[in-house]
Amino acid sequence: MIENLNKAFENRIRLGLMSILMVNDWVEFNKVKELLNATDGNIASHVNALESLNYIDVKKEFVGKKPKTTYRVTKLGKKAFKDHLDALEQLLKEL
Amino acid sequence: MDVNRHYFENLNEIRSIMEKSSRFISLSGMSGVMAGIYALAGAYAVYWYNHMHTIEYAIQSLPDFFSSVSFYRFYLVIGFTVLFLSILTGIFLTVKRAKRKHQTVWDQVALRMIINLSIPLLAGAGFVVVLLHHNYFELIAPTLLVFYGLGLVNGSKYTLNDIRLLGILEIITGLLCGISSISGLYFMAFGFGVLHIVYGLYMWLKYEHNEPIIE
Repeated sequence: MIENLNKAFENRIRLGLMSILMVNDWVEFNKVKELLNATDGNIASHVNALESLNYIDVKKEFVGKKPKTTYRVTKLGKKAFKDHLDALEQLLKEL
Repeated sequence: MDVNRHYFENLNEIRSIMEKSSRFISLSGMSGVMAGIYALAGAYAVYWYNHMHTIEYAIQSLPDFFSSVSFYRFYLVIGFTVLFLSILTGIFLTVKRAKRKHQTVWDQVALRMIINLSIPLLAGAGFVVVLLHHNYFELIAPTLLVFYGLGLVNGSKYTLNDIRLLGILEIITGLLCGISSISGLYFMAFGFGVLHIVYGLYMWLKYEHNEPIIE
């Protein structure tokens, strides 16, 4: 059963980021930071990891002179996260 | 055992973040209390106005006062003043609370809540215009209460769940108002005044009363 858990989601920040994106459309960096109570650098490194797995889309744009970064979960990411949740649930049932 | 607990906490955190990120939670209970006070003041003003004019009309044996235009104009001014003050106070207190907690107020979640709250409210406002068009004045108070309740029930999906019960109470108040022979003014005073004050206090005690101040 343990092998069904996705290693990509073992970290607290990644788990949190995926949770946010599962129930929201595009979400801003600042919102993520506020909800997860994490530092900029910490979030950025986990974002990169999830992006390289194609679990999330990252959009960078400028609003006036301010840069704005937003995230969205991909279809692949949604499926991977759902499978991870199912595995977690299964594990808890068995223990 | 420890592993079990770890996964359990994982699931709990996921649930809590999903909940927090998809609901508008900064709304201050005190804004409900203030809205209730404005509504009661407005209801009293209308009561006083009716009272004074009924006497005056009776003394001078003028035609039926309740069919006069100035009467409805006064109602409208009071209604919009209460609405405007309530919204203004609500925004002010909510922004203040969000700042204290270092939360953003205006985001997609807030927008989603406002849109979902507004759809039944605008439908209700439109329906009141229809009623005015057909001169069904006695149905205005129940309509306002019922549609406001529907708005709260609809908006509650995107904010604290407690709002849902308030919405249901407003709907019941509106329906009772519709079949009662007592003036709609008393039901409006109860629905928009008393219920808001009681509910605002309840929310404030439940969520804000000993809220930590994050520096």
